[in-house]
Amino acid sequence: MAYVLLRHRDVPDINKIDVYKKNGGFAAFKKAVTKMQPVEVTNVVKDSGLRGRGGAGFPTGMKWSFIDNKNWPHYVVANADESEPGTFKDREIMESNPFQFLEGLALASYAVGANAAYIYLRGEFWQVAAFLDEKIAEMEAAGYLGDNLFGTEYSLKIYTHLGAGAYICGEETALLESIEGKRGQPRVRPPFPPSYGLYGKPTIINNVETFTNVPMILANGADWYKTMGTLDSAGVKIFSLSGRVRKPGNYELPFGATFRELIYEHAGGIQEGRPVKAIMPAGASSSLIVVDDKVLDTQMDYASVRTLGADLGSASVIVLDDTVDIDWVINKTIKFFKHESCGKCTPCREGNYWMRNLTNRIHSGKGSSQDVDLLLNVAKQMQGKCLCALGEFSTMAVVTGIERFPQDFKKVVKA
Amino acid sequence: MSLEKTYPKEVKQILAKYPPEHKRSAVMPLLYLAQREEGYINKAAMQDIAQMLDITETEVASIVGFYSLYHDEKAGKYRMQVCTDLPCALRGADEFLNNLCGNLGIKVGETTADGLVTVEAVMCLASCDKAPMFQTQGPDGIKYHDLMTIDRTMELIDALKQANKEEK
Repeated sequence: MAYVLLRHRDVPDINKIDVYKKNGGFAAFKKAVTKMQPVEVTNVVKDSGLRGRGGAGFPTGMKWSFIDNKNWPHYVVANADESEPGTFKDREIMESNPFQFLEGLALASYAVGANAAYIYLRGEFWQVAAFLDEKIAEMEAAGYLGDNLFGTEYSLKIYTHLGAGAYICGEETALLESIEGKRGQPRVRPPFPPSYGLYGKPTIINNVETFTNVPMILANGADWYKTMGTLDSAGVKIFSLSGRVRKPGNYELPFGATFRELIYEHAGGIQEGRPVKAIMPAGASSSLIVVDDKVLDTQMDYASVRTLGADLGSASVIVLDDTVDIDWVINKTIKFFKHESCGKCTPCREGNYWMRNLTNRIHSGKGSSQDVDLLLNVAKQMQGKCLCALGEFSTMAVVTGIERFPQDFKKVVKA
Repeated sequence: MSLEKTYPKEVKQILAKYPPEHKRSAVMPLLYLAQREEGYINKAAMQDIAQMLDITETEVASIVGFYSLYHDEKAGKYRMQVCTDLPCALRGADEFLNNLCGNLGIKVGETTADGLVTVEAVMCLASCDKAPMFQTQGPDGIKYHDLMTIDRTMELIDALKQANKEEK
């Protein structure tokens, strides 16, 4: 099957503007701006069943239709903060198929009437930002960005904005605060960005991968898109596969492919032929799934993964084999969340601090079984009380790790 | 020191990205600019940026403190930031970092005697399939070094040393 998102793997040099144009590039954007009403663009995306690829899976077209048309100007923001441990798909898209992403961003901007769009890249993507700046300049020179596009009244500028090393800025309202020149701390929601976003104006925020789907949907139609994937999760997804597999990397597959296909058919199985012990389907924020044959044969889509007591999230699949101890895993994830907690809300700031003390003690062999109970207790007390998903998700691996892999903790605690 | 005098073109470009009534948005790119030469941001630079954007020096300092890629203390010319987060650690990142420190004769967080390289352990850099990996943060920005070995890393450090000598 031809690639929908990672098209650079089929079409060499698609990151050059002429090659992209020759392969149908910008036709959808030109058609939209010259022949379609903005709401028609939103409706096609709505009909396609496209859901947000940043992790939450919210229906994209529905989000666009929430834009407040009584308050102007509007903004569109691309979330290129890609910081979830295990996620590395947006970097490949931006480096290798940048114009399809930029065209998707332009289409979204037209659909909601935005004349300015920002791409928020994590600070580490310094080189990627410089590269995108070049590509944006090429689009301006070719008349795909700027004033009065295609002789219409529509104008659009795209700007890049670099973060500076803060996982929390992937949370959409923290991201907006960061563009506004503040510390990246989440806002209380509601109001949500489509009514109160960047500079207090209606704003649509989507993930890089989400935007990259849009030109293909406009070009080929909503029905074409729905021929791929499952009823609940239409289309294709890039699965970032890491951990103990033979061939880690990005794999673009239709939703509904199984874990077994991903790990064994595409990634060559596990190193040294060892068995899979656990899967984290949504990066460090993920619940730990105990793996058996039934799990391996489960379809990777939003609804099916939920039946395993986990979420698909951004589909950053981390694979753990039987040599990996779960107390070590949660010590790693909590080290991360403790470092990245923004400090705004108490349950997350203090909870992660104490979880870090406990996981460290347990992993170093100095903990008791009461410490494990206390850790579980702290994690559960945090749940439902944090201001944003960072705090909520920081507890997932801890709770499911202790509850689903008790033997790993019994092994390390003092009698 | 004044950024507007040292980098007039860059400052103008940065300010043009944001609505004039929201020029505070320029604080992050301006901080990168201020950090370019010395690798850290001093008090005078924070004052300069605060003045330019009509915000307080404390607000600028709070940004420097919040984001891990801004530094308010001098370190090596290049910060070698090794990812040791879960996915990289599953592919040998902790051993890589230990061996690197052993080879350089320093601990994590320390700087080589010649002041060229500071080794740091950092959180996920979105290169989980290419571990062991690190980024270098230096005067020429941030660069990724994927699928690294100790040998290749020592070669890179030698090359940086050589370039540094030639500059001087």
